[in-house]
Amino acid sequence: MKIPKDNNLRTLTIGLIIVLIFGFIATDWFRFMAQMSLATFLVVLGVMLQMRAGLVSFGQGLYLCLGAYVAGMAGYFWGITDVFLLLLVGTAACILLSIVLGFLLVRYRGIFYANFSLALSMILYGLLVKAEILGSTDGFNVPHSTFLGFAPEGETLKIAIFVLTCVIIYIVSLVLHRYLNSTYGYAGDAIRQNEIRVEYLGASVRSVIHKIYVIAAAISGIGGVLTAIAVGHVDPDLAYWTTSGEFVFVALLSGTANVMAPLVGAFLLELLRTYAFEYAPYTWQMILGIAMLMVILFLPGGLWSIGSFRRTEN
Amino acid sequence: MTAILQTKNLSIQFGGVVGASEISVAVNKSEVIGVIGANGAGKTTFVNLVTGYLKPSSGTIHYMGNEVTNLTPREITDLGIRRSFQIPQLFDEMTALENMLTAQSVAPKVPRSYWLPLQRSDTMESAMERLKLFGISDSSHRQVSLLPQGVRKILDIAMATVGTPQLVMLDEPTSGVSAEEKFEVMDIVMDAFAQQEVTVLFIEHDMELVERYANRVLAFYNGLVIADSDTRQALADPQVREYVVGKEIHRTHAP
Repeated sequence: MKIPKDNNLRTLTIGLIIVLIFGFIATDWFRFMAQMSLATFLVVLGVMLQMRAGLVSFGQGLYLCLGAYVAGMAGYFWGITDVFLLLLVGTAACILLSIVLGFLLVRYRGIFYANFSLALSMILYGLLVKAEILGSTDGFNVPHSTFLGFAPEGETLKIAIFVLTCVIIYIVSLVLHRYLNSTYGYAGDAIRQNEIRVEYLGASVRSVIHKIYVIAAAISGIGGVLTAIAVGHVDPDLAYWTTSGEFVFVALLSGTANVMAPLVGAFLLELLRTYAFEYAPYTWQMILGIAMLMVILFLPGGLWSIGSFRRTEN
Repeated sequence: MTAILQTKNLSIQFGGVVGASEISVAVNKSEVIGVIGANGAGKTTFVNLVTGYLKPSSGTIHYMGNEVTNLTPREITDLGIRRSFQIPQLFDEMTALENMLTAQSVAPKVPRSYWLPLQRSDTMESAMERLKLFGISDSSHRQVSLLPQGVRKILDIAMATVGTPQLVMLDEPTSGVSAEEKFEVMDIVMDAFAQQEVTVLFIEHDMELVERYANRVLAFYNGLVIADSDTRQALADPQVREYVVGKEIHRTHAP
């Protein structure tokens, strides 16, 4: 039987090349904005994976913050500055914590899952705010990163971090795209559509959700490490509920149909926020709220669903 | 005859309502059993108890000689008992083929390759073969929420037969299916089961279907089994005629 053609590898590769070229010619602030969008994108991917299984995480900031803090602490306290080691320790910490917390979370669905994930994130926020050794509410600065012994400075460092971010996002997107087309990807979708049927087909719903939770934590942790090394600073706000809310916002804005959807959504959020803040500094949240409302009312499947409508019409 | 399923004094109550009362039944290999009874008689409760959806307040269930009384639906599915549902339980946003592919790839006793792409040439071929076996391959690429009820019913049943089921319990396989289609649906389903040598237990309100397809009948009334014998004998039973089928069996089609 003929297997449907998959153009995502080609699209992602073209996208990587365009973004890399853009990184070299863009202004400093625009490149930084794009970079933050890319880091946000990873966390949104984590939210999206859970949404595909019918679970809304209002606490994905937990893993963004944990990844960022572990990378920051590794540099600040233990002198580790190599980005690849930082990525390793940051991601490993998120995986370990999510394996443990996953045993608790897999028991819950709907609003209980959302609130539980939110509560866990706020516990981390509370702990960090009280931790004077970690700078309390101010956080602390992350030392400059090195790349396998190479220690760039100034503009070169910024570009190096941008390129690293792009390459990591390319790899993660490919892996996740493969995942979404695997049995596990479909199993997550199947759980959202009919959990009881999945059990009666012989699959363990809890086990599938646990794995989804761990994968989501791991990629959010990578996003956290990339945020820490790009900004050069970490603070507890990364775990605050409004940060997690933004990830849900982007996931709803973009839709969950494809790994590339959150990439568009994350970039649009940064763009919208930047200009809303520029032109309406006191009411920019209202503009974000109205945008969200419009998407929910007119594009319940997110921005990505525009393409689906067109395909359906054709 | 070898009993593959045996229940002993199976009981459950929902508040003051008796769902099942002291049900002791043995299901033998390769039998086709029709389960009849009025609404609320305990037919679906019996299926729910056996398949782990409900836990009995007392009594035991043995399958292939092993006790399965308090196992979960997944564990029971793993052992080879499958079920279909009165309202088809499908993945509505997927196509019929994707439903079957998902069913195949997570089913017990098949090599699980969770990380491989779901849509591979080998998996697609076997899924299409199964859809063909059940006569619904024409609908393979249609989203299941848009399919007619008869096709949805068959797909629900087809998905329950993936792997190596020994016993399949069908909850009203023709409910919602038009009078013209119901014999066609049952012919397709029963032929497929006959090819797989599966023991079948089906809940049915239509006595013509029971007469035609079942070789044994279990009649329920108020959570009790009031008759358990071969089809003709059970349908002629005075209690069954009074509480289940009515005094006369009205024929609309020749058997």
